[in-house]
Amino acid sequence: MLATLIKTNLGTILGAYVVVFGSFALVAWRIVTKGKRLARQVPPEDRPWT
Amino acid sequence: MRSEAATAAQATSAASASSIGATPRRRDTTGTRATRFLGLVVIALMGLLVFLGLVASPQDVNQGDAVRLLYLHVPAAEMTYVAFGVAALCSAAYLWRRTRSMAWDRVANASVEIGVVLCALMLISGSLWGRLTWSQFWTWDARVTSSALLFVMFLGYLAVRTLEGTNEQRARRSAVVCLVAILDVPLVHYSVDWFRTVHQRPTFVVKGSNIEGIFRFTHFVGFTTFLLAYIWLMLHRNRVAMLEEITESTMLEAAIVERQREGASDGGRAVDAGAGAVVGATGVRP
Repeated sequence: MLATLIKTNLGTILGAYVVVFGSFALVAWRIVTKGKRLARQVPPEDRPWT
Repeated sequence: MRSEAATAAQATSAASASSIGATPRRRDTTGTRATRFLGLVVIALMGLLVFLGLVASPQDVNQGDAVRLLYLHVPAAEMTYVAFGVAALCSAAYLWRRTRSMAWDRVANASVEIGVVLCALMLISGSLWGRLTWSQFWTWDARVTSSALLFVMFLGYLAVRTLEGTNEQRARRSAVVCLVAILDVPLVHYSVDWFRTVHQRPTFVVKGSNIEGIFRFTHFVGFTTFLLAYIWLMLHRNRVAMLEEITESTMLEAAIVERQREGASDGGRAVDAGAGAVVGATGVRP
């Protein structure tokens, strides 16, 4: 079934949606986790958005 | 020397973390109530885009199902222009003496990082669309080639930022690279008019465009989704960069204190050597 899906247009289209939204999720996750890690090392008064 | 400086900085960071509460709290993030709301809006719009693109939108008369890829490809291309355009404006603002500020450099870097991701997504989705429409993933067409060149040039921008030097040197170098790389954007955009290409010409700005109804609406939803996602990512990436600057300066201060301690213990001989080592280790001149 997977092989059929890959060969058809549907597989290509679904793959594109997964890649695009997956990339957004990955980038967002990396930025947020890095922000959390760094924010713990910086006092709240040095973070203008808090 | 780098490891000593890093150890000292980690100790300082740990001390400051313990003083403000070592356990992670809800406030210890780069998010606010507004960005959380924006994030929820983006997720909802992504769901709507998937529904419109995969379910509600009918097949195109000429392209068939391949049109579903254009709901990703076109907004990604438009937001690539926006991201690199913002980076170029910020780079110009940095280079202009009256408005020179490291904040411009920070925003330019954040915008390029996100723009490179968008550009990669544009190339991938376009390549998949090409496979369905042209029966091949890649062709050395003017539009496609200039887009790949754009991607490589801004990768070069990110590479230049990793070179040795002070923060000011890095900001100046990368601003110049950004202003050179941005010259490729008009070439990408007008390549379909200036050269004979297999890529279709601009659709939405051509007089008598026949894109209507749900096709136009889905594209509008796609553009809005990508725009808001870009804004959300920019806000967070910019705040992360601010935190990086603060922790970097904390590292520097800790390293200087460490050198001064060493200098005091051996009669001041190590202080001068230590200051040089700090510049080498952190890239920041005390």
